[in-house]
Amino acid sequence: MSRFEALTGDNAFAMAMRQVNPDVVAAYPITPQTETVEFFAEYVADGLVDTEFICVESEHSAMSACVGASAAGARVMTATSANGLALMWEIVYIAASLRCPIVMSVVNRALSGPINIHCDHSDVMGMRDSGWIILFSENGQEAYDNAFQAVRIGEHPDVLLPVAVCQDGFITSHAMERVEVYDDADVKAFIGTYRPQWSLLDLEHPKTYGPLDFYDYYYEHKRQQVEAMEHAQRVILEVAEEFNRKFHRNYGLFEPYRLEDAEVAVVVANSTAGTAKVVVDALRAEGLKVGLLKPRVFRPFPARELADALGHLKAVAVMDRSISFGAMDNAGPLFLELAAALALHGVQVPIADYVFGLGGRDIRPGEIERVYREALQMAETGQVARRVTYLSVRE
Amino acid sequence: MAQLKGWKEIPIGGMILEAGSAMEYRTGGWRAFRPVFGEAACIHCMQCWLFCPDSSILVNGENEKMAGFNLDYCKGCGICASVCPVNAKVIREAGEALKRDDPRLCIRMVEEGKFKE
Amino acid sequence: MSTRELTEIRWHGRGGQGVVTAGKLLAETALGTGQYFQAFPDFGPERMGAPIRAYTRLSSRPITIHSQIENPDVVLVLDPTLLGSVPVAEGLREDGILLVNTPMSPQEVREITGFHTGKVYTVDASHIAIDELGREITNTPMLGAFARATGLFDMEALIQQVRAWFGSKVTSGVVEANIRALRRAAEEVVEG
Repeated sequence: MSRFEALTGDNAFAMAMRQVNPDVVAAYPITPQTETVEFFAEYVADGLVDTEFICVESEHSAMSACVGASAAGARVMTATSANGLALMWEIVYIAASLRCPIVMSVVNRALSGPINIHCDHSDVMGMRDSGWIILFSENGQEAYDNAFQAVRIGEHPDVLLPVAVCQDGFITSHAMERVEVYDDADVKAFIGTYRPQWSLLDLEHPKTYGPLDFYDYYYEHKRQQVEAMEHAQRVILEVAEEFNRKFHRNYGLFEPYRLEDAEVAVVVANSTAGTAKVVVDALRAEGLKVGLLKPRVFRPFPARELADALGHLKAVAVMDRSISFGAMDNAGPLFLELAAALALHGVQVPIADYVFGLGGRDIRPGEIERVYREALQMAETGQVARRVTYLSVRE
Repeated sequence: MAQLKGWKEIPIGGMILEAGSAMEYRTGGWRAFRPVFGEAACIHCMQCWLFCPDSSILVNGENEKMAGFNLDYCKGCGICASVCPVNAKVIREAGEALKRDDPRLCIRMVEEGKFKE
Repeated sequence: MSTRELTEIRWHGRGGQGVVTAGKLLAETALGTGQYFQAFPDFGPERMGAPIRAYTRLSSRPITIHSQIENPDVVLVLDPTLLGSVPVAEGLREDGILLVNTPMSPQEVREITGFHTGKVYTVDASHIAIDELGREITNTPMLGAFARATGLFDMEALIQQVRAWFGSKVTSGVVEANIRALRRAAEEVVEG
């Protein structure tokens, strides 16, 4: 039997870690992920998990220890944010390259500077080409649910890639909400036992991880990572289907909200999608045909599926919580990739980008409503008045 | 050159799934200097065997004595010559700095191109 | 009191007074009574003694909004010394409720805060806390006054939650003292 608990997003992820009972957790606390590590340390101290918990001296060491443990055949989890993720940088790539199915909570926070501890997506957007699978979560419940699915996705023999589970720093990481916590035994049955194919600790079959890899084979290994990413989309959907059946949820590549008969839609990830739902309901009550698409899987990017889901619209507004400085029109990464996806899949629709909420700047229903109204305008005129808007920035 | 394998044929992530595969890679070709026994008598202390990073010191299995160098893998780094205590003794007794290919040494390092049997 | 499905609450206090705890306690109470809720701190730095805010949302339906609260239905002030230095009534809905820990009358609070609509409640929670707990920790008595002023919670359900919350963390004497403080505040709160 599941039960409801009042949990912050950080606590919800820690709860998931308790239930996964990983062999090894190596982590270093950083705001706003700190509570996850603190709660997990408590579970370790209370003997609720069998985990080898390694208190390292930095995030670089945290991810290094995770890679070593994963190569040794352990089920490994960790958590970080922003500057912590940046300090892991080198090993983030190595984790993916050595095909270590590590699961990491990334509690999204602005990557400095000037120094800021609040939410935006500049941290995770930096790792988008690193070879990790990236999942977004609207709230603590989704971060909790994604944690279990991440374990299954990453460890799938056709995938073997690390998975980052994102949620918004402070906005959901520090908000206490109602979370359905599943029975330990049900979680255990769902995640199953990890049976690593190539454990370093298998002394009968000695092997080497991470040897020097020159121009004669390096490229082939990168091609293998592409193959893993291509398999990942199928595996993500298979795992979601099983999860949905077992725990009565509705996960997919993305969540459409009142999208089917909509004429315009906003595409926005994480907690702001929840706020946008309130705006959609309010505008629908006025008779306006508006909808929402909330991305869940950012890597691998489901280009064709997104194009199919948005193809019937008359206008699309993307909301980006980060900027790709110097990229086309100085837009956000979600917009850039989605615009390319729509164009390449033959969807001709006016599309604009709205950058918002940098460094934790609050995003209010009124501002999202403005985005919808401008999108309705785009739908009416067929023209994009401004390609990129920096929403509510002071002039 | 041997036919290189495609990405579907090799272990993922650059993993090497069997032990001792370095045997297949004859690194002796990298060598610029070659270790050679000199005039000073070897005392079979095995310091060179201990320090050689390429396991290229040959040992006679019957009498457990130093038996020369495996030139298929020796990269000519000269660590054996550096750690050799007999070399140290020879240099001290000579009272002068010796060239690394001085024949008086126990292990001397000779330029690969200049070496003659 | 607003008839909206969503009730938005803002808490004012000082770091160390249990403001965030009170918000979470209210969330736990909502959980226990089958309601949906959100409890979150003001995300600024928290320092002992500095004015801080915390927020709670309550609803009978799932809450998806994740913006900060601009126009609360209820404002609770845990520390009387904040009146006059912090604009506690800022953004409070016209038909909202302002509940203040103070020995002053509701009328006096209206004068100081400039909140002349809605409802104002006062209770001397500090006095009650010192009487019952021996320390000026006003969050539990303020919860009692809140339940009474808003009618959002059944008093007995709230008490049950307080017992569960403090449960193993403190002695039963401390738990009972908190419950006495909570009941007294509910009885002594004044509307005006």
